[in-house]
Amino acid sequence: MAPEVTAPSSGQGAPFGPDRAPRGGTLRRLLATREASVLGALVVTVILASFWVDGFFTDRTAGFLILDVTAIALIALPMTLIVITGEIDLSVASILGLTSAVMGQLWFLGLPLETIVPLCLALGAVLGAINGLLVTVAGLPSLAVTIGTMALYRGLAYVILGDRAVADFPRSWTSGATQRLGETAIPWVVLLIAALAVVFGIVLHATPIGRSLYAIGSNDEAARFAGISVRMTKLWLFVASGAVSALAGVFWTLQYSSARADNAFGLELSVVAAVLLGGVSIFGGLGALPGVIGGVLLLGTIRKALELADVSSDTLSVVTGLLLVISVVAPNIVARLKERRRPDTPSVPAHSNQR
Amino acid sequence: MSAVSTSAQPPLQEHGGGDAKADRKLRQVREVGILLALVLLVVATTIVNPNFLSAQSVRDLLLGATLLTILAVGQTLVIVTRSVDLSVGSILGLSAFAVGSLFAAFPTMPVPVAIIAGVLVGTVCGAVNGALVALARVPALVVTLGTLYIFRGIDYWWASGKQINASDMPSAFLGMGRASVLGIPVLALVAVLVVAVVGWYLTSYRSGRELYAIGSEPAAARLSGIPVDRRIFMAFVANGTLAGLAGVLYAARFGTLDATVGTGLELQVVAAAVVGGVAIFGGSGTVLGAALGAVLLTTIGSALPILRVSGFWQQAVVGLLILTAIGLDRVLAVRAERKLRGGQSRGA
Repeated sequence: MAPEVTAPSSGQGAPFGPDRAPRGGTLRRLLATREASVLGALVVTVILASFWVDGFFTDRTAGFLILDVTAIALIALPMTLIVITGEIDLSVASILGLTSAVMGQLWFLGLPLETIVPLCLALGAVLGAINGLLVTVAGLPSLAVTIGTMALYRGLAYVILGDRAVADFPRSWTSGATQRLGETAIPWVVLLIAALAVVFGIVLHATPIGRSLYAIGSNDEAARFAGISVRMTKLWLFVASGAVSALAGVFWTLQYSSARADNAFGLELSVVAAVLLGGVSIFGGLGALPGVIGGVLLLGTIRKALELADVSSDTLSVVTGLLLVISVVAPNIVARLKERRRPDTPSVPAHSNQR
Repeated sequence: MSAVSTSAQPPLQEHGGGDAKADRKLRQVREVGILLALVLLVVATTIVNPNFLSAQSVRDLLLGATLLTILAVGQTLVIVTRSVDLSVGSILGLSAFAVGSLFAAFPTMPVPVAIIAGVLVGTVCGAVNGALVALARVPALVVTLGTLYIFRGIDYWWASGKQINASDMPSAFLGMGRASVLGIPVLALVAVLVVAVVGWYLTSYRSGRELYAIGSEPAAARLSGIPVDRRIFMAFVANGTLAGLAGVLYAARFGTLDATVGTGLELQVVAAAVVGGVAIFGGSGTVLGAALGAVLLTTIGSALPILRVSGFWQQAVVGLLILTAIGLDRVLAVRAERKLRGGQSRGA
């Protein structure tokens, strides 16, 4: 009876690609190397860039780098947790855009920013909750749901603001958003990112909730039988994703001093790319936050270095893509080679059954 | 045992037959539903403005839907196997630019050769995706997200800020984008042909049916002797080829090409397929449905201004439509499941 029940849902847990990665022990080792290799690549990139690119190793560059990756870094935190549970949220950039549009419109209507900002964050949470309810209560696949809400939220942003831009935010707020820490060129927002990263990191890696996320991602039916409230957990993750995306939207609007409906268009794929590059498995159940932060910083560093080296920024997209593909293909090939070399591995047919 | 089975058999049989029929009916209902929505939309718009059904505006509509339809058909092949291809927008852009550059470099090049070259660019890109997914066994979402960036980057690097204009291309090629047969644009006919051929393949060929089997349960498909990797590889190659074809048609139709052509198209294509009833987790959906989904999305775009709805509403409406479509699919699936369960419990 039980296998009959679990069969369809395990199919849902592993949406893209016919097979899951092999086994626990090897996996944990692989995970360790994945994490290590992302962080290693980051260190190597920073060292190389410091040698080859004039003016790279300065706190000025670091400051701009952080401002550049702020939105991606913020949204990548909840996205990591969501992907670990085997779901995905593609509507994040649209939530950012809609928040930005609402913020602009409310400011245009004369509300004070002290009121607008909490309203925007609440709006983000509501938008996230809509995603979450559609996924958990209606039982729809998150990929399809969030492609739908991606269009819906972005569309509502256009409905609210049209092609107008609201740019007359008060100077104190816009320069406050990019305020530096003391004498350094590092923006204070790095503290916000770090604080949120610590919160999400603790939740993921040091609490029962975090463990349950991995359980859900590995097999959500089994997790449910183990007494984990899968639906509530996923719902709250989507709420968190919405709220953080809204926070990124508020920050984006102030940083560029421009509320537009098309703000951060296409950012969702950059976020997903950073998360996957950081070693999180798209099938769920695998991944860690330090790797993701490494992934975000790695992409940001490469972009900055190429920019300073006067390499056209277009090359960056090739680098991003190659990194992403290599980061998933390489461990697979390594694992296969290892398996082939080991003498006591099961014969080929048994192995292909497992796939 | 025998007593139970004899008493259970009549209802079981009845249910078995009924379910197969109901299933087929459900699927037809799904396509008829989109068609109905499309007809309603067209009728409503025509009542507001009779010009909406004028020959010219219908021609524009068909032309507009052509590219999305072809891409949605290709995407269906991939999604049915429980994969996805996010790189189609970049493939379209790359192949369009390839055709343009070929003409710019060799102005005397025969048109068919350039067309084939453009399509082959798509085939190669699709083969890269397919090899990574099927041979290196990496999840399709990740691979094609990567190649989305790679193909686009190659496009940027190749174009390096240049733009190709209609004057760079021979009029015979551009004429293809404007020509019509019996009032129907040639490009739309190409799309219809693609829908017919791929649809026929998926329903009538063994390898086509095997794509559905792979999407329903990859492990079972493998056990039953289906060459899963080869089928998935070919699905990606076919999808790439169709995206290449769409790129060529884009070049013929618009004439102005730069490196940003087709940016962001991928999610629209997936949306069209999903609206058309192609299940995102594979195993079900038809090419006709996906094509109707693409036509519906395009029609919404051109109908809204006539219905005096601000064009800014378009995306929001599309989003609602996607959510409605997947919600409806879910309701139908739950109902079908319940029916099956009902039959089973009576049998046991």
